[in-house]
Order: sequence, then C-alpha cells, then structure tokens
Amino acid sequence: MRNVSLTVNEVPYELELEPRELLVYVLRERLGLNGTVVGCDTSSCGACTVLLDGESVKSCTVLGVQADGCEITTIEGLAQNGSLNPLQEAFHEHHALQCGYCTSGMVLAATSLLAENPSPSEEQIRHALEGNICRCTGYQNIVDAIGAVAR
Amino acid sequence: MSAPTEVEVGRIVGAPVERKEDKKLLQGQAQWVDNMRVPGMVYLGVVRSPYAHARIKSVDVKPALAHSDVVAAWSGADIDEEWAGSLPCAWIPTEDTNAPEHKPVAVDKARYVGDAVAVIAATSRGAAEDAAELVEVEYEPLPAVVDPEAALADGAPIVHEQFGTNRCYTWTLEAGEVDRLFAEADVVVSERYRQNRLIPNAIEPRAVFVTPIPATGEFTLFSTTQVPHIARVTLSGVTGIPEAKLRVIAPDVGGGFGSKLNVYAEEALALAVARRLGRAVKWTETRSEGYLSTIHGRDQIQEIELAATSEGRITAVRAKLTVGFGAYLQLVTTGIPLLGAWLYAGSYDVEGYSFECTGVFTNTVPTDAYRGAGRPEATYAIERAVDALARKVGKDPVEVRRLNFIREFPAEITSGLTIDSGDYDACLDLALEKSGYEAVREEQKARRAAGDSKRLGIGLSTYVEMCGLAPSAILGAIRYGAGGWEAATIRCLPAGTVQVLTGSTPHGQGHETTWSQIVADRLGYDVDEVEVLHGDTAVVPLGMDTYGSRSLAVGGVALYHAADRIIEKAKRIAAHLMELNVEQVEHVRGVFQGPESSMTLKEVAFAAWTAHNLPEGVEPGLEATYVYDPPNFSWPSGAHVAIVEVDTETGAVELLRYIAVDDVGTVVNPTIVEGQIQGGIAQGVAQALYEDAIYDDDGNLLTSNMVTYLVPSAAEFPRWELYRTETPSPTNPLGVKGVGETGAIASPAAVMNAVVDALAADGITDITMPATPERVWRALEEVKA
Repeated sequence: MRNVSLTVNEVPYELELEPRELLVYVLRERLGLNGTVVGCDTSSCGACTVLLDGESVKSCTVLGVQADGCEITTIEGLAQNGSLNPLQEAFHEHHALQCGYCTSGMVLAATSLLAENPSPSEEQIRHALEGNICRCTGYQNIVDAIGAVAR
Repeated sequence: MSAPTEVEVGRIVGAPVERKEDKKLLQGQAQWVDNMRVPGMVYLGVVRSPYAHARIKSVDVKPALAHSDVVAAWSGADIDEEWAGSLPCAWIPTEDTNAPEHKPVAVDKARYVGDAVAVIAATSRGAAEDAAELVEVEYEPLPAVVDPEAALADGAPIVHEQFGTNRCYTWTLEAGEVDRLFAEADVVVSERYRQNRLIPNAIEPRAVFVTPIPATGEFTLFSTTQVPHIARVTLSGVTGIPEAKLRVIAPDVGGGFGSKLNVYAEEALALAVARRLGRAVKWTETRSEGYLSTIHGRDQIQEIELAATSEGRITAVRAKLTVGFGAYLQLVTTGIPLLGAWLYAGSYDVEGYSFECTGVFTNTVPTDAYRGAGRPEATYAIERAVDALARKVGKDPVEVRRLNFIREFPAEITSGLTIDSGDYDACLDLALEKSGYEAVREEQKARRAAGDSKRLGIGLSTYVEMCGLAPSAILGAIRYGAGGWEAATIRCLPAGTVQVLTGSTPHGQGHETTWSQIVADRLGYDVDEVEVLHGDTAVVPLGMDTYGSRSLAVGGVALYHAADRIIEKAKRIAAHLMELNVEQVEHVRGVFQGPESSMTLKEVAFAAWTAHNLPEGVEPGLEATYVYDPPNFSWPSGAHVAIVEVDTETGAVELLRYIAVDDVGTVVNPTIVEGQIQGGIAQGVAQALYEDAIYDDDGNLLTSNMVTYLVPSAAEFPRWELYRTETPSPTNPLGVKGVGETGAIASPAAVMNAVVDALAADGITDITMPATPERVWRALEEVKA
C-alpha cells in the first residue's frame, strides 16, 4: 500500500492505495465519483477521460499512485452552483448525448481541446475526438456542440 | 384502419423540446448498474473456455478457494442444481427446430471461446479476476467449426451431438408462381452476399447487481437490460425464483442496440450465487470479456435472385439465407433473420416471392438482435441486387427503382403483409435533388474520362422496413413465445403533476421527454409537470420493453389511449361538479368547458383525490391504464444516397457525403428523431466500411478487443445530411412509425452500392463488407490479372 495525496475537483484527499489500482477505480470506488465510467479495457473508448493537471488523460491508463500530487477534474467538477458550464450547456442544446455513457469523457476531452485550441475547425474537433467512442449519436451533434462553444 | 383525428400535431407533439434526461447525464449523476455497491457484497469472476469446442474432463476450483479473498468457487456441475430451466430462447420457428438446452455454466462441453465453465465469488473485483485464473480446468479439445456453410457440410464437427446435425431449422415462405416467373424471365440476376458478423458495442458494458432478502426469498436484480419485464419472467424460469419474488430494475442503461435485448447467463448466475451465499452479488464485464459473452449480430450468407423483364421490371424474388447462430440459441437468435423474411422484395412490387432461411450452429458466440435485426440484411440484399439488375439491363439505378416502386397504399405485398403508408417517389425525388445526383454522375464521367485514379461512386438505398413489434396474433402465427403489446398508465396526482408509467424501457432514446410531450399535448400539463417512470418491474409491473423500434409506435400509442381514459373519467367528474350533463362538457387539452363554467384537469384530479363529491359509481382517484396491441407493424421508408471516393492505388474508400430522406410518419420530437437516424446511419456505415468480427478456423476471435475491432470515431464520418417526408401511419391515432433502426437498415446498402458503382467501370461487381482498403485493392488486382 502507498500513501497518495491528490486533489479532485478542488477537494484534497489523502489515500492509501494498492500500487495496481487504476485511477478510474480510485475515483469511482474510493471517492464515489461515479461520473467517470469504464467503457473498455484497452484504452480505446475514452469514456473514463478526466483532466490531470489540466490535460485530458484516460483514467483507466493511469495508476492511482501516478496521480500523487496531481490535480484532477472529473465531470462532477464542471458545473458551478448547479448550473451547467458552457460546454455542458452546448451538449444539452445540440442533443449531443443519447444514452450519456460516453458523455463525461467527451465533455472532458473537449474541455482539454478548447484549452489548447480555443477555435478549432470542424476537422480539428473530429480528430481531437478520435480517442473517444460514442455509439449512439454518429458524433455530428457532439462536434456541433463543441463548435458552438469554440466560436 | 381509421385516419387519425384527435391529435393536433404541432403544438407540443412535433416540437424540438430539449431533453429532460440530459442534466443528470451531463453532471455524472446517472445511476449505472456498475455504480451500485453495498457492504458485504461479492464480485463474480467467470472462468471461460479458451477452446471453441472441448470436452470438460475436470474442473478443480481448490486453488481458487485458497485465495484469501475468495468466498466461493463452483464448477458448472457444482452449481447445476440451481437451474430450474434452460436459458431462454423465445422463438421456436418450426416444429422441428433443434433447440438445445443452454445452461448458464457449461457442464460437459464448452462450445465456444468464452463459454462459462466455472464461477468465483470474491470480496473484490481484482480478487475475482485473479482467482478465476487459478481454477484448473482439464479440456479435451475437439475440432471446431465457425463458418455456417462449412458447418452444414458432411463430416463437420457437430456442436450439439444429440441433433446429429448443425442445422437448427429451415424456414420457408413462398407466394406466387415463382418458378414460372423465373422460367419466363428475360433477365435473371443471381447474387451472393455476406453479412459480416458484428459486435454491437453498446458503450456501457453489461453489468448485473443482485440484492437478496434471504428470509423471504426475494431478490432485486439490477441489470443493464433493455428488457426488465422479459428478464423477470424468463429468469424466474431459469432459477425457479417465483416471479412475484423477483424484482428487475433497469436503471440508467448506456445503449443497447439489441445486445441488451437478451437474458444472459450472468444474470441467472448472479441470482443463483446471491441465493447460495445470501449476499449481494455484482458482475461487470470487461469490454474484451463482453466480446466473448455478449451476443454478436448478422453473420449471414445471402443468395438472392431477381427475375425481370429486359426493361428491368422485377417479376419475382428468390432469397436463400444461411445464418450463423453461434453455439447456443439466445433469446431471439432464431427469429432475427425472419424479421427480414417479408422484405426481400424491398419497396418493389413483385408477383412472385420465395424466401428460405437455414439457421446453423457454429462454435462461436451466439448471434442475436443487433440494430435492425434481419431488416438491414434484407435491405442490403435487395438494394444491391437491384443495382446489379440495373447494370445488367443497362439502365441507371434510379430508373430501375422507379419502374418497380409500390405506389398504392395500404399495400398488400406478395410476401403476405400490408404496408401501412408511404410515398417512395417523394423520398427518392428529394434525395436526388439534395444529393445533386445528376451533377455527381457528370463528375464521375469526367473523372473516368481523365483517367483519375480516384473514382467517384454514388449509391442508393430506397428502403422500406417493418418495425413497431408487433401485432400479437402475427407473433403467435410465427411461433414467437410472447405478445407484442405495450402498457401505459397515467396517474394524475392531487398537487398538479402527473405520473406516467410506461412498459417501454429507454436506454438513450429520450422516452422521458417524448412521453412527456404526448401527455402534455393531450392533457394540458407542462412538459416539466410530467414524470415518466420506467424500467422497474415493481413500479411498472406490465411491460414488453424496448426493441424493434417499438417504443413510440406501440408504447407511445398506449399512452395516447390511456389519456383518452383519463379524459373520459375526468369529464364525468367535471360535469358532476359543474352540475351539467356529460354531453354539455367539452375537453380541450386539460380544460373541461361547460356552457358557462369550466374546470381544469388539475382541479378535477384534486377532486378525485379528496373524493368528497363524486358521481354515483365513480371510483376515487384519477388514474388509467391502457394496454395497446398494434393492428399492424409500422413501415418507415426512405431514400438514402452515399457518395464515395475510392482510391484505386491504395484501395481506401472515403465517404464524402451521406444524404438521407426518411419517412417515419408523424414526428413527436424532431431533434430526437434526427439523433436516432444519425446514430443508426453511423452504425450502418461502420458495417459497410469498418467493422468485422473475425474468427480463425479454430474458433478464436481474432478481433477480441476494441483495438482490433474497429468502432469508428468522429474522424471517420462526414456530416449527415438529413431530410424528411411524412406520410402518417393510418394504423394508429398519432400517425407515428418506428425510427430507431432505419439508419442502420438503409445505410450499408447505400454505401456498398456507391463503392461498387465507383469501381463498376473497372469490372468490379462486388466487394464483401467491410470494404477495407485491402479488400478493395485485392479486388482491383484480381480484375487487372
């Protein structure tokens, strides 16, 4: 077991983790942050995407112990005082989610994209989402939602 | 059939109301099954056969039991006494169908890679996985068979020895003088197509969570299922738990596409382990495990023949399918190809019709419903064959389609059913206009003339499909084991809001919003005043669940009729309170209007609740249930156009544009309908260009995870260009038709017709799906040689 300090959605935590515990299970099972979900076991689908020190990572591919000293943002950390942030609002307005299982990862991947490139083209948005699989929407409304915030 | 009269579409029905479901999903507050945890629960680990076909000589669970976090471990034989019945197959299409017993854990023989052979219960997920690897199983490997045609050959390994054959059944349908029409035909087209095996990949993996109450023998099963009601009755049969003591809950479910229209071994297993241990039990598949334990789709070999005049007028269709069912029959494995049985003449008027389907056991994961279920296959075969006919008679595919369209509705089609409504020319006209069809043909010619290595292709799919499953009497006639009705309850609460109980079970489709719109429109509530409850057999005891594009066309119509019953009762109460005759009161969207006075429905609901002054014989409360059995399927149709560019140097296919015109009858929420069509098209394009579940000859799944099985991302798709025409269905008062599967049904044919069209001048007449660069390049090399 290892002692790990991390900050999640601005709340500090001191945890004792098994070295093999993946960050996604630390978030879900230790901290009860169920908004980050698991969709695959090959780092392919992006459903578990979170921000680690501001950059998007697949939390199924990061060990909890590797996040020692890091700041993490999950989907639960985006809305302020119960109001959706502009990206979440755009997903709602553009019908960019159906079942909603990929949505946390999509929103966080998009957050990271817009931080790096505030006005991406449609093609840039599509390529930035290559690591995030949605099976419901055919992606167009997701791309449009991100585009609406970018402009 | 009567024309719709009462709903004035366009007030709330017809409006793009924003989804009520989104806010929790966007903030990570959904209730997924895998979120559920209680103290003392155990995690299941399933030991799966690494062999496609093997006798199980012995299973030693002792090494697993030695693991400090393992609570129990059982072989198939150890747990066999838990089963009161086989895992269910609800559709036995013929009297001589070979239907094998299907145990949740195999005892004597493993029949596919992934077949469960032992089970672990441990106090952590990691321990369950670790301990599963400690179980020692001695196998005697047997020869395996994976190809459905090879499985029918003499001397093939037999999956279920007791039948002496791998044939499950042969089912036929014939109408008209087919042999004569073929003998007299000027032209006969004979085509052979393969429907690639697909993995549905609902993005939420399957999960099961069971909580028992040992003292009373009650169990609550949370499952990632599309069918909690069907699961309750069938799992009662598998486990012997009385239906009344089994509550099934489908909480938030992350997509299904047919893969969660099933009753799985792990659901039965979790119940059995919870019963044995008296503890809560959880199982969540990993994605790779899901590829070996959740159903696959398609896997058909299709032979289709058209008899036609030299002009291209089709007189008869003959279709013959050989379908890979995998190692066992899951819930509706047998019925999937038959859902296309009536559709192999597509939107065309023919005199003769012949269909034959042979289902075959192979040493592979069972196939079952995947979005479209039988109808994408039928559409693909007829739409590809019509293009082949056009090439043969030297006409444009548009012209041949126009020559053959069904134009009189309702249309009794030769295969025996009745299409409710449609206007196929209107869809095609709009699709041609929006795609700039003629201009694309001109550019195609110009590129050919210039010897451009990048060929342009344009492909059509003028489909019709049958959905909204289904009239119960028809289901009975084709030997399905249940009905096709749906139930809805409306409960007007005293404080001014309304509850809807629906037997439909959404998993991304937005029923809460759409159902609220229907109730708001009919009863005058605000959309936000409607609460829609679903997916819990204790809250909504009566239901047939969600699949086959049935929710709106059956469940939504049930809701419409339940509103009628509310209005009827409320009108009696309102008349009584206003001291009028019922005939003097008129109802308009939640207001009961008398000559000089009026009452709102909310006032009536309160009065019905206090029950201080009700008319003679009227029960307190304002609640009504309606169970609707549809008189017909619903028949969406449309014209889809794909425009592709094929690089003849690399074999790469790029989908440049995709134009879809769909007629899905009356639309309740256009935004949600567009979303359904977009997602469906994406899955169909994926079948045409990317996805393929590949087995080697020994029965190993080579595409065994999300790295090797190519689910496309946003980068692989163009923008979807969607348009609609509208012929309301005359069979229901809302005029609605199903929409969930149309995109996946229409699009593989459109894309592949475009690919073949691009390469037709090179002498290519077929590419097998998916049209990967390698396949296209090899086909080009072959015609050069």
